[in-house]
Amino acid sequence: MGTDPEVSRRSSTTGAREWPLWEVFVRSRRGLAHGHVGSLHAPDAQMALRNARDIYTRRQEGVSIWVVASAAITASSPEEKDAFFDPAGDKIYRHPTFYDIPEGVKHI
Amino acid sequence: MIIPRNGVIDYATALGDDALLAAQRMGEWIAAAPQIEEDVAIGNIALDLLGQARSLLSYAGSLEDPVRTEDDLAYFRDEREFLNVQLVQRPWSGSGERDFGVLVARMLLFATYQRALYAALATSTDETLAGVAGKAVKEVDYHRDHATMWTLRLGDGTDESHDRIQAALDAEWRYVAELFENDFVDPALVESGAAVDPATLRDGFDRRISEVLAEATLTVPEVAPAVTGGRRGLHSTSMGYLLAEMQHLARSHPGVSW
Repeated sequence: MGTDPEVSRRSSTTGAREWPLWEVFVRSRRGLAHGHVGSLHAPDAQMALRNARDIYTRRQEGVSIWVVASAAITASSPEEKDAFFDPAGDKIYRHPTFYDIPEGVKHI
Repeated sequence: MIIPRNGVIDYATALGDDALLAAQRMGEWIAAAPQIEEDVAIGNIALDLLGQARSLLSYAGSLEDPVRTEDDLAYFRDEREFLNVQLVQRPWSGSGERDFGVLVARMLLFATYQRALYAALATSTDETLAGVAGKAVKEVDYHRDHATMWTLRLGDGTDESHDRIQAALDAEWRYVAELFENDFVDPALVESGAAVDPATLRDGFDRRISEVLAEATLTVPEVAPAVTGGRRGLHSTSMGYLLAEMQHLARSHPGVSW
């Protein structure tokens, strides 16, 4: 409405008042593992769980949700990529490609 | 026992109007909540309410003679024909910036009332009302939970959040009594088991609210109730503006779809 007071989201959420970030994991069906689906802001863990329900399971995508404070996750850094992952590249013996697979065995 | 048809029409219309106007007013918060995550939650809740309104108004219209559709009832009735309580359609603020605490307080009160209502109505002898209530009770259970979570955090948060949510509760509480007025419900409808007498829901409502407020370090307001009349089509000035916004597109372009 034209006479409405101006509403500002920015005024109340800048700087230190920003809610912390949470990572969301959803298990889509029984028997499957929880998979990372994204992140969101929430003031605490319980609210994060509820926000996750609204944002990531609106279409019955899941039967279980985990939320983890993003700050609690220790991640490998892009600079360490070479040391972390490249040495595995030329070690073909780490892949089970030298076995003969009997005929009729599926799903290998 | 025979369920009186006119009674059902008025009853379903009143409950449908509560949900419709609550959804319309709540929509004003989308893109204005403290965070985008809360925008989504409010949007979900408002859409749940809109869904309830559609079911109830469609049913009411189908019993009328001649039959009216949900759109006829939502867009082409005038203010005096709406039977909603005042609580749901009041503006969020008189002046100045609107306060998230007012949304939380109103959502807590309305969802707690609706949760009690739909739980009782789910066993209605009117199959349609029972069906709508059975589906809606799970929705409003979540609305109540969402509002409870926020009430606890604001009440037991900072001094400022505590004072603001208490002030919001005090202001909204004036409109609580109207939720439990039963003049508009045909006594024969209650007797037939089709409708719930709203007055019977008050004790459960008070118990639940006082538990939540106690945990949130808030006090149950003691304020004089506002003059009522919503169930008889008597609304405050703000109702006309809200309807104008809701109805103008359908009225300016009859038959339009979007």
